[in-house]
Amino acid sequence: MWDYSAKVMDHFRHPRNVGEIDNPDAVGEIGNIVCGDALKLTLKIDRSTEKILDAKFQTFGCGSAIASSSALTEMIKGKTLDEASKITNKDIADYLDGLPEEKMHCSVMGMEALEAAINNYRGITTSSRQRPEGEKIICRCFGVTDRKIAQVIEMNNLTAVDQVTNYTKAGGGCGQCRPQIEAILAEILKKEREKKQSLLRKKMTNLERIRLIQETLEKEIRPYLQADGGDLELVDIDGHTVYIRLIGTCQSCPSMDFTIETFISQKLRQVLHEDIEAKKVEE
Amino acid sequence: MKTIYLDNNATTRIAPEVLDQMRPYLDELYGNPSSMHSFGGQVAKKIAQAREQVADLLGASSPAEIIFTSCGTESDNAAIFGAVRSYPEKRHIITSRVEHPAVLNTCRYLPKEGYRVTFLSVDHSGQLDLEELRAALTPDTAIVSIMYANNETGVIFPIDEIAAIVKEKGAIFHTDAVQAVGKIPLNLKESQIDMLSLSGHKLHAPKGVGALYLRQGTKFTPFLLGGHQEGGRRAGTENVASIIGLGAACELAARHIPEEQTGVRALRDKLEHSILAKVPNTRVNGDPIHRLPNTTNIGFEFVEGEAILLMLSDRGIAASSGSACTSGSLEPSHVLRAMEVPFTHAHGSIRFSLSRYTTEEEIDTVISELLPIIDRLRAISPFGPKSKTLAQNQKP
Ligand SMILES: Cc1ncc(COP(=O)(O)O)c(C=O)c1O
Repeated sequence: MWDYSAKVMDHFRHPRNVGEIDNPDAVGEIGNIVCGDALKLTLKIDRSTEKILDAKFQTFGCGSAIASSSALTEMIKGKTLDEASKITNKDIADYLDGLPEEKMHCSVMGMEALEAAINNYRGITTSSRQRPEGEKIICRCFGVTDRKIAQVIEMNNLTAVDQVTNYTKAGGGCGQCRPQIEAILAEILKKEREKKQSLLRKKMTNLERIRLIQETLEKEIRPYLQADGGDLELVDIDGHTVYIRLIGTCQSCPSMDFTIETFISQKLRQVLHEDIEAKKVEE
Repeated sequence: MKTIYLDNNATTRIAPEVLDQMRPYLDELYGNPSSMHSFGGQVAKKIAQAREQVADLLGASSPAEIIFTSCGTESDNAAIFGAVRSYPEKRHIITSRVEHPAVLNTCRYLPKEGYRVTFLSVDHSGQLDLEELRAALTPDTAIVSIMYANNETGVIFPIDEIAAIVKEKGAIFHTDAVQAVGKIPLNLKESQIDMLSLSGHKLHAPKGVGALYLRQGTKFTPFLLGGHQEGGRRAGTENVASIIGLGAACELAARHIPEEQTGVRALRDKLEHSILAKVPNTRVNGDPIHRLPNTTNIGFEFVEGEAILLMLSDRGIAASSGSACTSGSLEPSHVLRAMEVPFTHAHGSIRFSLSRYTTEEEIDTVISELLPIIDRLRAISPFGPKSKTLAQNQKP
């Protein structure tokens, strides 16, 4: 049995805003009966302020799908479309005091229905036959596009294919698209890593950078060399090259030069997140 | 709130008489049946009695044909691995698409060891095509493993006929009878079944005990190696109390089988007929004739199974579903998909499985509680009969 929060059970047992608004200003439909869940959201919108005056839902799905839909309608009533469009699936799950990981796709369905309704109001069609340029279906079993997968990965900081399946259903049918999901995930994770690294670099002043290099040499590298009766000295830093002088036993051990340089370079790269190279200077 | 338990294919309560038989062996009579003293010897006698009780229920020729195991899953694994290891030159296995995971996943694993596996299909009523079986059998076939009765739908396969076909081609025939034992009469003396699995907790014995019937003269390679227990066919000190419980439960079951066929069947039929009559857009999944007397699997269109179960549970009613959401997977059960049950019904499928402890009053309560639940969920559903969306959005 799923471990649903009290809030999920409350919204399941007493769903708010069930039904269909007559002459709605916006309709958002997502999912279908084959996939096992579907949500139809209808909205009444004040045309001058773009405020959501009323929201109703109809849902075919499990307990958490019904609860997520009910929560969504409560969350968006009274908001302007701009405000509502900022709601993420995570907000819906948080509103319900969380959902089991395997059920996160229910919260995503809520977010998608809202997107569809807002697009519908603004006259943008998003039926599956008229997908925006460049977007393509990755999971044929559940009709999930690359854009949706990327969006959900970024929004929820996902790191594994199984998570993507829990959140979007993609890959949960025949499983043939799992390598493609893996590729999308790897691409996003790589971009995020690069972003973090460049942020780190940007924040550091030249002085801080030099200090960090000195500190790393002091604390992480010299003790190793000293243990073997050697040592090093920092000579200069020029762009991405760090010049060092080897002292003691290190000096007379030519076969070790390569490994020492590599070892030092790797340590510095880990700490500074940049392409640093350590170079030994001769006497 | 009193629980109305209609999930007996998942597990059953231990019969009070069974528990009484077990208790001393969990308490003061703790001897090891292999020991060379009478304190252990008296336990060995009880295990021998349990073996006879199991053999009697199955109509086996000899108690020696019964090997106690730790569960139905172990029995299935021991049967399949035992057969393929006993016939190393044969590299083909036949099973069906609707087996319990205990058989299905074992067979899915074997291609990794170089075996070829045929998964027989079923028709819309969940029945096999015996011609497909005949065509699949080759001299290379080591074992055919086909379940006696399906746990989700209750559909019973013509096992004696299947056994005869398989034996004609010289393969080993195993049947997972976990759901059949205790519910329908069996007489293995008269059949050609080589191996049969059963599990204690489906027939009012405890969980974690099972048995494998192994016809005398059948080649076998043990699954668990170690001590000499179970005639060297299954090592490990016996789960004494549970084995005694399994024996007692088999003796009780033998006495109650006529009641399964009449009382339990009548209640199941009442439940099924009333639901079909009162709730529109419903159907029974699976062959209505060749079926366990205690099981009904009903598809409710336009609603989702987990939601039904949660509402039933709120009213103290325990059942189960083949819908995607209840399993944690994203697709309906492999059994319903193999039968090509329309998705509209598969997602909203509920299995009710009764036992001899089920009362008519309980069935009446379920009938009266169910209708408003389905109505309520259909009123929420965009596909509900009153909704404008109906039929538009059903195709992907
Ligand atoms: C048909 C069938 N086979 C095997 C099993 C597995 O039995 P056990 O739970 O004792 O391992 C079950 C029940 O879960 C079953 O229904």
